[in-house]
Parts: sequence; C-alpha cells; structure tokens
Amino acid sequence: MQNIKIVPEGDSSILVVFDQTICPEVNQKIAAAAKLIKAQQISGIIDMIPTYCSLLINYNPLVMSYEALRERVESIVRMESRTEGGRKKVWEIPVVYGGVYGPDLETIAEHAGLSQEEVIKIHSSQDYLIYMLGFLPGFTYLGGLDERIHTPRLAAPRVKIPAGSVGIGGSQTGIYPMDSPGGWQLMGMTPVKTYDASREVPILVEAGDYIRFVPVSEEEYLSIKKEVEAGTYKVNVEEG
Amino acid sequence: MGFRVIKGGLLTTVQDLGRSGYQSQGFNVGGVMDRRSFRIANLLLDNPENEAVLECTLIGPTLEFTSSQIIAITGGDFRPELNDDPVPMYTAIYVNKGDVLKVGSARTGRTCYIAFSNYLQIPVVMGSRSTNLKCGIGGFKGRKLNDGDYISTRIKRRKYLPFFLSRSLPLHEFDNSTETVRVIMGPQDDMFSSKGIETFLNSEFTISSNFDRMGVRMEGPFVESKTGSDIISDGIALGAIQVPAHGKPIILLADHQTAGGYAKIGTVASVDLPKVAQRRIDDKIRFKSITVEEAQHLIKVEEHEFQEFRNRIHKPCKEVLEVRLTAQRLEKLFS
Repeated sequence: MQNIKIVPEGDSSILVVFDQTICPEVNQKIAAAAKLIKAQQISGIIDMIPTYCSLLINYNPLVMSYEALRERVESIVRMESRTEGGRKKVWEIPVVYGGVYGPDLETIAEHAGLSQEEVIKIHSSQDYLIYMLGFLPGFTYLGGLDERIHTPRLAAPRVKIPAGSVGIGGSQTGIYPMDSPGGWQLMGMTPVKTYDASREVPILVEAGDYIRFVPVSEEEYLSIKKEVEAGTYKVNVEEG
Repeated sequence: MGFRVIKGGLLTTVQDLGRSGYQSQGFNVGGVMDRRSFRIANLLLDNPENEAVLECTLIGPTLEFTSSQIIAITGGDFRPELNDDPVPMYTAIYVNKGDVLKVGSARTGRTCYIAFSNYLQIPVVMGSRSTNLKCGIGGFKGRKLNDGDYISTRIKRRKYLPFFLSRSLPLHEFDNSTETVRVIMGPQDDMFSSKGIETFLNSEFTISSNFDRMGVRMEGPFVESKTGSDIISDGIALGAIQVPAHGKPIILLADHQTAGGYAKIGTVASVDLPKVAQRRIDDKIRFKSITVEEAQHLIKVEEHEFQEFRNRIHKPCKEVLEVRLTAQRLEKLFS
C-alpha cells in the first residue's frame, strides 16, 4: 500500500498527496490515478491538476461534499494501476547561459561553490523528464536536476521574467514560456518559443517527454532567434 | 446593435466564470474576480448564470448604446450615470439607442460588473468567453477594451422583462474597509511554526498595491515558517494563500497560476473571495479559521440567498401594488 494523504485545499478542491519526492515512479502513479478518476466521470469534478507528487482536484461542493468525494477518490487511488512504458522523446533546447541572459548564474555558482562553467556543464549534460505542465501555459516542470546546483528560490519573486528564461527553483529547473512574475533563479535564455498562441500547436512539449539543454553562444542565440521569428526554425528532436 | 466604447476605463474586460478543464496544460481558469456580484448582475436580468459581462476595474468605461436593451450594474459602487443622470447599482436599467452610460471611479470596492439583456457577441474559446490577458485569448480580441472598440449584442429581442420595477436589490456589499475573511487551513499549514500560525490568525494585514487579477500581497507581521516555505510545486486552488520566504501572505485570485512552489498556509472560503477581490489598497483583513464543512455550508446558505433574490425580483413591486390598492379603494369609494 502506498503512502497517500487526502486533504482539503479550500472548500472546492482536494489535494491527493503522494510521497513527497520527485521521481518518475511517483509521477507515473499520479498520471495513472488522474486517468482512473477521469474514466469514472464522477459528477461534481470540474478539473484536475496533476503535478510532481500530488493531484489537485477542483469540484463543485453543491454536487458532492468534501467527505463524499474524499472517500470516492481514496478508493480509486488505492487501486493498483499499471503504466505502460513509451518511447523516449528528447527536445534539444538551445540556451545562452549567463550574462544579461542569466542574471542569477553567479548566485547559483556561488551557492554551489562551483565555477559558472561547471554549473553550465552540469545543467546541460542531462536529459530532464517533463513531469508536468503548469503555472503558465506550456511551463515545463523538469525533474532530475543535479543536486550540486539546487538553489533556493528568490525570497521575493521578480515582477517580470522575460519569455524564454531558463532557471532553477529549489530542486527544479525549467523554461518560462511567456513574460511572467516568478521566483526562480535565472541562468540563461532560449530563443525557442515553448508556447506560441499563433502556432498550430501552441504548446510544443508534452508531459512525459524529455528536454536537453544545449549551450550556445550569444551569436548562435541571435541567429536562432531570427529563424524562430521567421518561423523557419525547427527544434531538434531525438527519438529512441 | 450593441455599444461603442467611448472610453475603455482602466481595465475593462469581458469575463464569465472562466475556462476549466485546461489547467493540466498550464492554462489558468481566469474569469470574474467577484463571482457573487457577477451572478447577481445576470440574475437581475434573468440571464443564464454564466453569461459574459464586462468587468470594470477601479475606473469604469463610457459606453454609447446603438440599440436599446436592459443592463444591470453590480459590485463596488462606481457611481454610474446615464446621460449625465445618476442611475442606481443593483437595478435593471432600460437603455435606449444613443444613451451614454458613464461608469465612474470606484467609491467602494475595486470591480463592478455590467450585465446585458441582449448578451455580448463574443466568441467562445475553450469553453469560455473570458479574457485571458496573459495569453491574449478569449474575450474581446484577447485584450482589455480600448477607446473606440465596438461590441455587438448576440440577440435582439429582449427589450422587456416582467416585473421590471421589482428588479432592484438593496445591496451595499463593499462599504467596510476592514473585513474578516474565513479560511480553511492547509494544505501546508504544518510547514509553519505555531508562532507563524498564531501571527496569521491573530493579526491585521494591510492590502498592498501589489494587487492584480493574479492575486494580492498583504503587508503585516512576518508569518514564520518552520524551516522555509519552499515546497515541491503543486496545484493551486482559487483563493489559496501562499506565504513565500518574505513571510507576507499572498491570496491567489482569478488569474492565479495553476501550480506553484510556495507553501499554502490556508485557502479562503469561496463565499469570502468576493470580499478579498473587492478590497482597496490600505484596507485591512483579518483571517479566521473555519472547517471545510462550515465553508461548504456557507456556500449552500448563499445559494438560498440567491434563490431569495430571484423570488424577490419576480414579484410585482410595492409601488405597483400600492397603486392597485389605491385604485381599489377609489373604486369602493365611488361604487
């Protein structure tokens, strides 16, 4: 039996809390639970937000009370579920690190007791699983960040972070898909648009895919940015 | 058929109850900031409950109608005027072709809602007519209304509503500058020290100028966590109260992000969310803890209240009754 806690988040949502650790196994359990709950078509459930290690369910309390929904969900998430393994799809995202593009790279390096070059090397030498999309349309929450470069979030979030910023928040790393306030430490910038409302597929990546950051120079960044704006750039995808 | 926007006001957007079902891709729900005032505006006109309205923020728009219809304005008191004469809030108002509605600046509250009997001609995007300003989708061209915009109405026929004179409610909901806001504690209240919880529940917090459709940050005493307030990012419910490391609570409102990484000490009870959305800078808030069962009971109580409002506006009004009584008396007198 797995460790599951179900608690209210206000009067119109419940939070199903799994083991508080970022790992593919827990994440897959949550995806499976969300699928099972969806399949049951429980009246009163309005929306679901699966995340790293919990599942938030919005519901209408006039249709179903907290206690009734809690019992129902508990019985579902306790069911064993199988998840199928799929092909690994890796998106190669070019990033220019440091300088004006990554104002917090120095802070991250200092916190880690490493040089900026080492931080870049560590950050870009790994494929990150996309655990969830959230916070903003197309915002990827990536798992697997090397412990050496974990960095606490800013004490006071920034009012505006430009689209394309790549950052670290605690044990997580990701890309800001659009201008937004946020509290992550910024280490670089990608010219790739992970969200573009005018594109046929507004959101590029899916939960379950992987992202690999590829360091590029400022010149390369600017030339890719031009291609992106012209609509001719195609993100390199490795499948296997 | 519709109205011309002579002045757009500060932030006037088309809103309904928002876009549910897309949060797992990161699309926030959005929708009106004050669901209660929104519902009452539509209720006054017998509109469908989720019919799109204009949400006005702090300084309202000026509209010139190009066809007649009936409107209702609810929420904060924005001192509306029709052709330079004051018109009441929370009341069905008949507007004629050529009439100019000037929605002023907020005397109380922060937002007001204008509902239209002939409905706004706004396309439905992902199940909603709400404007998502961040993504530039939904509403009127994905943006706030500007001077010179023109919005059409969807239907032509509703120029009359039964019991027209009864369609008024004596509500003044946002006169207080200090409010107690009820919260359901959790889901991460265990990350705060007992001193932090005590500070949260027994202090007065001041509404800061960091206040937009995403949320409002409060100034006040430091709400202490045990060992920091970073969590593994999880889903966020409407009204959740985050406390980042700076120790100042942030209440998340209509345009809140779908997930975030600051611990949530509690969540505002749904029925008290309009009070929060209608706060003004420097207003005061106190938090009071209630159970989820109590909060859900309050939602039922509010539903009964809405039903009473409905009953009330579907009866002949007193003045009409009195005229009839007078007529009957006169009749008796002469028979």
